[in-house]
Amino acid sequence: MLEFKNVTKRFGSGVKPAVNNLNLTINKGDFVVFIGPSGCGKTTTMKMINRLIDTTEGSIIVDGKDVTQQDPVQLRRSIGYVIQQIGLIPHMTVGENIVLVGSLLKWSKEKKEKRAKELIKLVNLPEDYLNRYPHELSGGQQQRIGVLRALAADPPLILMDEPFGALDPITRDSLQEEFKKLQKEMDKTIIFVTHDMDEAIKLADKIVLMNGGEIVQASTPEEMLRNPINEFVEDFIGKDRLLQSRPEVTTVEQIMNPNPVTINMESTLKEAIQKMREMRVDSLLVIDQEQKLQGFIDIEMVDSNYRKYTYVHEVMDTEEYAVQKDSLLRDTMHKMLRRGKSYVSVVDESYHLAGIVTRATLADMVYDTIWGDGMEAAIATPE
Amino acid sequence: MGVGEQLVTYVTQNGYYIWEEFYRHFLMAAYGVLFASIVAIPIGILISRYGRLSKWVLSFGSIIQTIPALGFMALLMVTLGLGTTTVITTLFFYSLLPIIQNTYVGMKSVDQTVIEAAHASGMTRFQLLRKVELPLAVSVIMAGIRTALVVGIGIVAIGTFVGAGGLGAIIVRGTNATDGTAIILAGAVPTALMAIIADLIMGMIERRLNPANKASAASQ
Repeated sequence: MLEFKNVTKRFGSGVKPAVNNLNLTINKGDFVVFIGPSGCGKTTTMKMINRLIDTTEGSIIVDGKDVTQQDPVQLRRSIGYVIQQIGLIPHMTVGENIVLVGSLLKWSKEKKEKRAKELIKLVNLPEDYLNRYPHELSGGQQQRIGVLRALAADPPLILMDEPFGALDPITRDSLQEEFKKLQKEMDKTIIFVTHDMDEAIKLADKIVLMNGGEIVQASTPEEMLRNPINEFVEDFIGKDRLLQSRPEVTTVEQIMNPNPVTINMESTLKEAIQKMREMRVDSLLVIDQEQKLQGFIDIEMVDSNYRKYTYVHEVMDTEEYAVQKDSLLRDTMHKMLRRGKSYVSVVDESYHLAGIVTRATLADMVYDTIWGDGMEAAIATPE
Repeated sequence: MGVGEQLVTYVTQNGYYIWEEFYRHFLMAAYGVLFASIVAIPIGILISRYGRLSKWVLSFGSIIQTIPALGFMALLMVTLGLGTTTVITTLFFYSLLPIIQNTYVGMKSVDQTVIEAAHASGMTRFQLLRKVELPLAVSVIMAGIRTALVVGIGIVAIGTFVGAGGLGAIIVRGTNATDGTAIILAGAVPTALMAIIADLIMGMIERRLNPANKASAASQ
């Protein structure tokens, strides 16, 4: 759908390029969010797609055609564009604004009217708004019209430059939701520039994080939260966001206690009870010589069997439930709570015991999420 | 006879003559401003696009404004001779500055984001000018034309000294006559009236053209 090939942009020769040798492929129907600090080249990259800015080197392919070989005016009419400041034309009615591209493409009056009516329904505004002027609408309504203007000629690709940045948080929220829904229904490819990470995580199928004119990381929001490629990405995402997203993307391996209390299956019950007393626990994980998990034994089992049996492997419960190291904490947590278990053992691929997640571990985790940052902030304030 | 009665007598006896001069006076002012607009508006648009020219052009316009109208007319008379042409040419030069300046300001004050949005929607340079920039700048440009016309009506009154006629001719006749107050008034009052009416009408047009005053029928 959209492909950047070695794209470079220099404003003036000799200076550091604003966009440096950028390569990226975007699939049809993807919602791609470009994000990064000011001056990272995200807006420049976007504006090169519809040639508001021309590339210095490289090519940008839209639907198999290089944009630099196309007439810029025709190109722009075939790509939707939404900006933060909305930019509705004040002396034209809302209806005229919506079908602006239609009038440039010389649509008939009937076609324009029909299209305007169709579109305004999408954002749940009454039809008589078509005859009003932009300044008679609220900011949120104006930006809805701004989005409709981009959709008017049904372009497969829409560019959006911080479209919801100037709106109040509540309006922004509802517009984001409306728009995400609209995008899914209409199967549009969206290039969306923002500096708001929450917005990016909420909307994106793919986040492209840029810095200094280069792509630092391009991946799904989940992947970026789970595996930030370097410190810059971590910093940009923000510590609190990483913490909050932990149950979503953390694996059990990251939070488990790697030193669970264990007992060898060949040990005697006497040894088992001694170990329990020593470690102040009521159950033990049973392993074999190769550290493979075999089952578990608890104090009740020892109590009712110590007369009949001698060894741990004779009385242990082999129905031990274990999870893989790389399973998601989110799923593990649900399973634990549903089964009413107080812990779950963690194993690797070959069933070697790797660790244990207890309810206490979860409590730590939740504590971190709720208070972790608050504590840091409280400590930081007096400085 | 008091001045009032004299004035009434003069106007009733010379009504047609006053009207003729009034009309002549107005036409000279209108033509001067019209020709100036034809030249000044494109120049204003041009300098709004190429910022570096603006300083030079606006300074040139200001220099013209500093020359006394009568002196300027006298100078032009040397080459253009007596008559209306000299007056209209003078007025042309005097009107350049207010119209260029207002066109420049009007074009510059068009919201850049509106231009960006329209440009990115696929408007050509010319469509942008015709459909977006000019409609949004037109009320400011009209304000410049209005200033030029009101000032121009005053300048045309001096035109009588280069033999162009107009209401100025009646005023000068009054100053030359003994007890000519009534005759002076017969020339001066219509001149003032013309300026006031021109100002009002142009003001109305200006407001009508201002996009900020556009509102839908529903909310009016």
